[in-house]
Amino acid sequence: MNALSMLDRKLARDLRRLWAQALAVALVMACGVMTLILALGATRALDETRTAFYDRTRFGDIFASATRAPDSLKSSILAIDGVSAAATRIVNPVLIDIAGMAEPATGMLISIPDHGEPAVNRLYLRSGRLPEPGRSDEAAVIEAFADAHGFRPGDSFEVLMNGRKRTLTITGITLSPEHVYAIGPGDMVPDQRRYGVIHMRRGALEGTYDMAGAFNQVSLTLSRNADAREVMARLDAILESHGGTGSHDRTDHASDAFLDAELVQLRAMAQVIPPIFLFISAFLVNMILTRLIALEREQIGLLKAVGYSNAAIAWHYAKMTLVISLAGVIIGAVAGTRLGRGMASLYGEFFSFPFLVFSREPDLYVISALVTFLAALAGAARAITDAVRLPPAVAMRPPAPTGYRSLFGGQGGGFGFPVSQLTVMALRHLVRWPMRTALTTLGTALPVALLITSLFAFDSIDQMIDTVWFRADRQDATLTFASERSQDAIRAVAGLPGVIAAEPFRSAAATLRNGRLSKRVQIIANDSETNIGRVLDLDFAPIALPAEGILLSERLASHLGLRTGDPVTVELSNGTRRQARVPLVGVTNSYVGLNAHMSRAALDRLAGEGVRISGARIMVDEARIDALYAAVKRTPAIASVALQGVSREKFRATIEENIGISVTIYVSLALIITIGVIYNSARIQLSERARELASLRVFGFTNREVSGVLLTELGVMVVLAQPLGWVIGRGFSELVAKGFDSDLFRIPLVINAHTYAVSSLVVLAAALVSALIVRRRIDHLDLIRVLKTRD
Amino acid sequence: MRIKVSTFLLNHDRIMTPDPVHVTPPVFSIAGMTKIYRTGEIEVRALNGVDLVLQAGEMAVLLGPSGSGKSTLLNIVGGLDRPTSGSVKFRGRELSGASDRELTAYRRDHVGFVFQFYNLIPSLTARENVALITEVARHPMKPADALALVGLESRMNHFPAQLSGGEQQRVAIARAIAKNPEVLLCDEPTGALDSATGIIVLDALARVNEETGATTAIITHNAGIRKIAHRVFSFHDGRIVSQEVNENRIKPSEVTW
Repeated sequence: MNALSMLDRKLARDLRRLWAQALAVALVMACGVMTLILALGATRALDETRTAFYDRTRFGDIFASATRAPDSLKSSILAIDGVSAAATRIVNPVLIDIAGMAEPATGMLISIPDHGEPAVNRLYLRSGRLPEPGRSDEAAVIEAFADAHGFRPGDSFEVLMNGRKRTLTITGITLSPEHVYAIGPGDMVPDQRRYGVIHMRRGALEGTYDMAGAFNQVSLTLSRNADAREVMARLDAILESHGGTGSHDRTDHASDAFLDAELVQLRAMAQVIPPIFLFISAFLVNMILTRLIALEREQIGLLKAVGYSNAAIAWHYAKMTLVISLAGVIIGAVAGTRLGRGMASLYGEFFSFPFLVFSREPDLYVISALVTFLAALAGAARAITDAVRLPPAVAMRPPAPTGYRSLFGGQGGGFGFPVSQLTVMALRHLVRWPMRTALTTLGTALPVALLITSLFAFDSIDQMIDTVWFRADRQDATLTFASERSQDAIRAVAGLPGVIAAEPFRSAAATLRNGRLSKRVQIIANDSETNIGRVLDLDFAPIALPAEGILLSERLASHLGLRTGDPVTVELSNGTRRQARVPLVGVTNSYVGLNAHMSRAALDRLAGEGVRISGARIMVDEARIDALYAAVKRTPAIASVALQGVSREKFRATIEENIGISVTIYVSLALIITIGVIYNSARIQLSERARELASLRVFGFTNREVSGVLLTELGVMVVLAQPLGWVIGRGFSELVAKGFDSDLFRIPLVINAHTYAVSSLVVLAAALVSALIVRRRIDHLDLIRVLKTRD
Repeated sequence: MRIKVSTFLLNHDRIMTPDPVHVTPPVFSIAGMTKIYRTGEIEVRALNGVDLVLQAGEMAVLLGPSGSGKSTLLNIVGGLDRPTSGSVKFRGRELSGASDRELTAYRRDHVGFVFQFYNLIPSLTARENVALITEVARHPMKPADALALVGLESRMNHFPAQLSGGEQQRVAIARAIAKNPEVLLCDEPTGALDSATGIIVLDALARVNEETGATTAIITHNAGIRKIAHRVFSFHDGRIVSQEVNENRIKPSEVTW
């Protein structure tokens, strides 16, 4: 057996002696490794799975809708330069009636060709088979919906198709690239129970919806090097006279956009969080090694005197750093892998992929380990260089006493206010080592920032819920008619059982233009004075819709480069297809979608078809809700129903579950950093000042007074860290909120005082516990030994 | 209660032959004191039956080679350590059974320490090192007065790193006396100093002893210092082997190193 060299024995014994400090550093490193593996692994898993799934199912690049376009257009669409495949289809909203479920579910009926599979957006068959051609009673449903109801091939359910009740038999369970993240109307998170995507053969839908030889949706895939913008323009031109509502690419495809938002968040996590841990570990390694080398000054001198080379000494301390890092890498890799698996299964709940495996490729671990080793060695470099540079003769003499200076001169330690000498001791020590003080403060501020960044989501979500569901869309449900109706329809809605109040709305697809800038949107028109569905200004106050002009949400106005008072061209996409220049009369607040609002009178005037309504927002008597549900299921004119109350609760529950998980993780991470920083900082202070503190005990100061010096010093840094942490936390939160900003939704940056307080309290508590652990050592200072030794 | 001792110092004989009806008990009375240190299997008998009485205002020198037990005695008398057996009384109060808290209060209120390596707080100036003690003392001097007493009034705002060894030790003496202690315990106060500086330090100690009347015990292995004391106790192997009274004390400046 090869005997350990003497230096290696020293290393092993040093590590055994310093185990608590080494472990604290290793845990901080482990957090870095863990978050890096987690973020990179999850990003890879999601990204690669998405790419593979999209390739296999030929997910479209461009999507467009029309009112009714003849099939003959397909050849001209395929002729557009850059289009490699096109699939036309019939898509319609549908009400689903499921036995045993009071509220109606909504669904999307999508046609697939009578023979074979669609050229674009193919289905992935999980079980069963696709419907037989010519069978109008067979359907395939997406897996999330089937799972939520325990459906298997052979089961059946009822739907209201264009006013007619039909029983559909499930032939197969599918996954679709368009519905990886399937979200129903009015919902902000998926509710698999209430939203289903149903695929039927085209022949079965043509008759029902009077769409023989016609389509209302088209999806395209592009060839490499195609100019998407050009293709979209040509496609829009082709569909223009058929009620085309404007094409969009994947960016505005809800399912893909949500996946993208998740990836953006994961990439942000990989870029922000692991570096925090690596930076702190480098700092801690530096602090510990600097102190160890100071304590071992004479030993280093002796080793050099007896002939050990500088390289041997440098390698000795580098090895110590690497051993600690290795422990961190191992702990982090195990934790990261376990957490990654958990995260993949959590994704499985939200994203419907045929498979989603957390990536455990070796390079991920190699990268994480290398990064950690490098960070640790960077932290150690300065201390090791100092050890190497120490001439043996100098090393074997005690170091020169530490010089201090008065900050501003004068009484009271020069701090400008009366303080005890014990406090002066603490404060001068802080000022004496400004870099260390600053880094320790920063190291304590970062966990505060991390906590704020994770906790602010609660505040922001609260504000979103409050704004969206309590100030703006206050209805219990939104009923959308199968086609536009006259004013009389609102009376029929008001007459439905349980309806307390009903407000009509009209919606119209339109293109808004300002010079070369344009955007396709859905204009929502309400009565001027509404009480249920309201439009809010930037200060969240309800706005009465003006008789003239249009209101745009902040993001939409900035997209179009418009300011209040500017004229905007509105081109209606359907019906009379009229266009007009109307003034932008105000900018509105919105967290969901790009919103354009007009008064109903103004839109009716613009459309020129008389008074038409598209649906109604209703308030419902909770006690009679089941009767309402039953009536809605019997009413053919109602194409879809969005249940805001149910959506709100589902949203809150989902978000709280998700945030709950992430908060648990972040609180653990923050605790580990705080303990790592404060415990090590206190241990090093104690090591440096053991003699001073023991002298104080000799002079008759009590344990409490003596530990006060140590605690004051730590306390000042921890207290200074709080406002710094708040500022950094606010900055991080802003980055996170910005990362989520999309046309689909945005997250407001709201940080309540409570969040700052909780973040600080967690860190303060962890700091206090770490300091008290070290404080116990003061009770056991050896008073006699310090009197006999020179510092 | 502060004890006025200045008249006491004028009459040497009273120290040598205590008045049997004198009401003030001796500052320290030590009887049959032993101290045994055990490290693993090794047992070291640091003190082996010491009897000693120190009177108020007295200056005593404890002489002896390393390991003879003098520091152990000083630590016990200073409330830093406890005897294994025997009794040590401070003004009639038993110290050997005192709790940590009581010993801390005892050191704080009654004892001034001077050590070989000064034990100054490097982050405090000379004046602040003294103020450290006066802030918590019951009847302190002004820090400046204490520093004047050791001749350092002009170096008050210097940090330890800016002072010579002798100056640092005088700051330590000023710090020790600034609380007006009844007892001044000095462990090798000149051990780290050259002879000229050592004499300045001894001179400061003698002046303090005279002017404040603090009972002063000085440990040294430098026999030349013995002549400045009222009494000299020689230690060997944990016992006091001899005790002498200086009929004619000399001034520190007359000490030959």
